[in-house]
Amino acid sequence: MTTEAHVQHPNYVKVWAILVALLAVSVVGSMSHVRVVLLVAAFGVAVVKAYLVAKNFMHVTVEKRWVPYLLIMCLLFIAILFAGVAPDVMKHSGVNWSNPSANRPAESGAAAKRE
Amino acid sequence: MSATAKPIANTRSATGIPTARLITWWVIASEIVIFGGLLASYVMHRIGHPEWAESASHTLTWAGAFNTFVLLTSSLCAVLAHKAADAHDGPRAAKLLRLTSLGGVIFLCVKAYEWTIDIREGFVLSSGGFWSFYYTLAGLHGLHVLAGMIIMLIVAADAAKNQELQRVECIGLYWHFVDIVWIFLFPLLYIAR
Repeated sequence: MTTEAHVQHPNYVKVWAILVALLAVSVVGSMSHVRVVLLVAAFGVAVVKAYLVAKNFMHVTVEKRWVPYLLIMCLLFIAILFAGVAPDVMKHSGVNWSNPSANRPAESGAAAKRE
Repeated sequence: MSATAKPIANTRSATGIPTARLITWWVIASEIVIFGGLLASYVMHRIGHPEWAESASHTLTWAGAFNTFVLLTSSLCAVLAHKAADAHDGPRAAKLLRLTSLGGVIFLCVKAYEWTIDIREGFVLSSGGFWSFYYTLAGLHGLHVLAGMIIMLIVAADAAKNQELQRVECIGLYWHFVDIVWIFLFPLLYIAR
């Protein structure tokens, strides 16, 4: 069985060069002491790189429509997991509850940092 | 089964997508949930434990950056292999797939070096929450790299004889997904310190 080309092949070397340049930006940005710059350099660049790989290397945008719908649905499942669990994990106490075993390392870490 | 006959799953498609590519996308979708769940768990624990920043400062950013470069380059080789397969140039596709596997070998060697340094400094799986996540995330990703390399070499062996060239795109899709996972792992484990 032979492949039937279903995609137009862009200039892959050009896309690779852009990805490497973005990698350099994220590494340089990681040395910044400004929190916003560091977050954008780390995660903003990661999102852009992932999109470029998905679009140009995986050809997601030229696949049948249900393929990107399936992938987006899986990402939505992750978002639902995060939304449902994060309040209990990220916070260590609430109005009617507290989690002392999670609180202890956070407090001792904060105390060590103050010293 | 004769050499030319194919299983029925390879000869029909209700979705309009060839079966091999269809199942590859299903595998990728399930892997999104696996890695996404782990990554989401790490993010929420990391936010809840700012003291993990001290542990995170011990990861080797340059090693992670080099590994990112290696995986991006191997993804380039994988997609060029797909292009060669589309042009029915099996030997060239096989050569490029073997180069992609070489990228995987380099990645795993750098990871082994990194982990040797970390373990020698006393940072093991049970050293704390951060290190548990670090070894689990990177280890699971490394296993996927290893599995991808093995399948890629099998596909390359057939492609070299101009056989089953449709598989080149499928293993390429898997490899690009492994690359995307690392694109997110790198900032989470090596940059967000």
